Amino acid sequence: MSAAAAPSGLFDCRDAYVRAVEELAVEDDRIVAVVNDSVGSSKLGKFRDRFPDRLVNVGIAEQNMVGVGAGLANGGKIPFVSGASCFLSARALEQIKADCAYSQANVKLCGISSGVAYGELGATHHSIEDVAWLRAIDRLTVIVPADPWETAQAIRAAAAHDGPVYVRISRMPVPELDRDHDAFRIGQAEQLRAGQDVAIIANGTLVHRALDAAHLLEAEGISARVINMATVSPIDTAMLAQAATTGAIVTAEEGLAHGGLGGAVAEYCATHSPVPMRMLGFPGFLPTGSAAWLMDRFGLNAQGIAAAARDLLAVKAR
Amino acid sequence: MRADHVRERANWMRRRLLAMIVEAGQGHPGGDLSATDILATLYFDILRFDPAQPQAPGRDRFVMSKGHCTGALYSALAGAGFFPEAELDTYLRPESRLNGHPNRTYLPGVETNTGPLGHGLPVAVGIAIAAQIDQADYRVFVLTGDGELQEGSMWEAAMLAGHRGLGQLTVIVDRNRLQQGARTEDTNALEPLADKWRAFGWDVAEVNGHDPVALLQRLDAACLPRSRPLCIIANTRKGKGVSFMEDQAGWHHGVPNAAQYAQALAELDAELVA
Repeated sequence: MSAAAAPSGLFDCRDAYVRAVEELAVEDDRIVAVVNDSVGSSKLGKFRDRFPDRLVNVGIAEQNMVGVGAGLANGGKIPFVSGASCFLSARALEQIKADCAYSQANVKLCGISSGVAYGELGATHHSIEDVAWLRAIDRLTVIVPADPWETAQAIRAAAAHDGPVYVRISRMPVPELDRDHDAFRIGQAEQLRAGQDVAIIANGTLVHRALDAAHLLEAEGISARVINMATVSPIDTAMLAQAATTGAIVTAEEGLAHGGLGGAVAEYCATHSPVPMRMLGFPGFLPTGSAAWLMDRFGLNAQGIAAAARDLLAVKAR
Repeated sequence: MRADHVRERANWMRRRLLAMIVEAGQGHPGGDLSATDILATLYFDILRFDPAQPQAPGRDRFVMSKGHCTGALYSALAGAGFFPEAELDTYLRPESRLNGHPNRTYLPGVETNTGPLGHGLPVAVGIAIAAQIDQADYRVFVLTGDGELQEGSMWEAAMLAGHRGLGQLTVIVDRNRLQQGARTEDTNALEPLADKWRAFGWDVAEVNGHDPVALLQRLDAACLPRSRPLCIIANTRKGKGVSFMEDQAGWHHGVPNAAQYAQALAELDAELVA
């Protein structure tokens, strides 16, 4: 199992992403990469050197980038369309909707440096709305991996999946998660820790913080379940139904507090298994600050998640 | 001979699409009729395809960037054998495969779902890049409205096609000089249009978009090996073939009443005899 073999320390998931795309490109000559002048920020320099004919740089033109991706799929290719997630998702939203999802084009959209990775650059460069926007689009798979292993697995699963997929790839350093399995399936959530008092549902960079929160809660005698909900659309409803039996759900994500993962969980639970919830995320346009500062400032850390869990347990006890 | 066949098919398409619009009670006859001769030349002469194998990897691709003109597109696809002609009578009905804008998941022969303007050319550029990577010999044709060229995404795609020298790619501009509400030149002027395409690295040709002889000549030339993408500016008239619709912005949308429909059919009969 990969987690046991993983070196200690922190990793940039972009490295796992480009490694997976390069490996796929060796195995399958249909794999191509499409970028918007983002060879460097997507870390695709090595891919370009190895497969110069299969790296399509459209320049700074996101609408065209996504349309070209759909055209490459029409021509039998499996394009990995990569750009900063703030521009890819917002600038090309109609192309993602019409050319990829509605047309069911086999395009893999890779939103790089997602969330608040570009901290001090401000709200123009934050990508905290992407999951809310994209999960609203029918027939578009949305995946938010948490660590290098899951990023590579998501890329491989996206390549094997016949249809459009959005994979959100962080540049924030994260550890490799400790797992007791080696299966990744689109639409299948992963329970990383058992617990009966409260369920913490997170994805991406927040999974690690959710696990830390569960440790804090354990010291207080609170048993917290931790679920990694990497696929936001389609969401794992069986896992949600089980989580609801704890009677308290906290969601946490590096994105808007409304409309993204938390929204997806709330929609399901409100209509199938009503349960008290707290939804952790960002409120909207954010003040100036580094990514790490912003995460702490808005309670997207172990302490913030644990506090939300305690708050919910008080509600549950009433 | 070839031109006579195209002319006959175009006349049939005009009757068919008017019948569809009258039956459905809505449609875009102005743009349909301006594009009819171009589509007839493509589907009934130039394009290489097998309607029994609409996904064949080596097929020529046609992308309808002006996706609202489904009267013309669907009559061409039915005439070319992609689906039964009788199905045209279901145009815009509930659950029909003939949606107001083309949907490839419903209908064979549609390459990508269009409707919002500015989408077709980027997708066609992507197809042509796939052909370039594979050194395949299929060709990619796009029909765009002229008003549609006000969309920035078209020029993003045009710039890339010029940069990459996509000789497999031909864009045909349906230059009827009218957009939904007014003349293009009064709204946001396109001229000098040929110079714009040349500046983006394209070869440019102009043609009478209602003359099958001229269209065949230009499109035959488009099929020859080239090192640059080709833009054919097809000078057309919106509503072509129906006198009271010609060059009238008001017929962008619209449905002829019974008397108007009878007159349109009579004019198309007369054209066939002539």
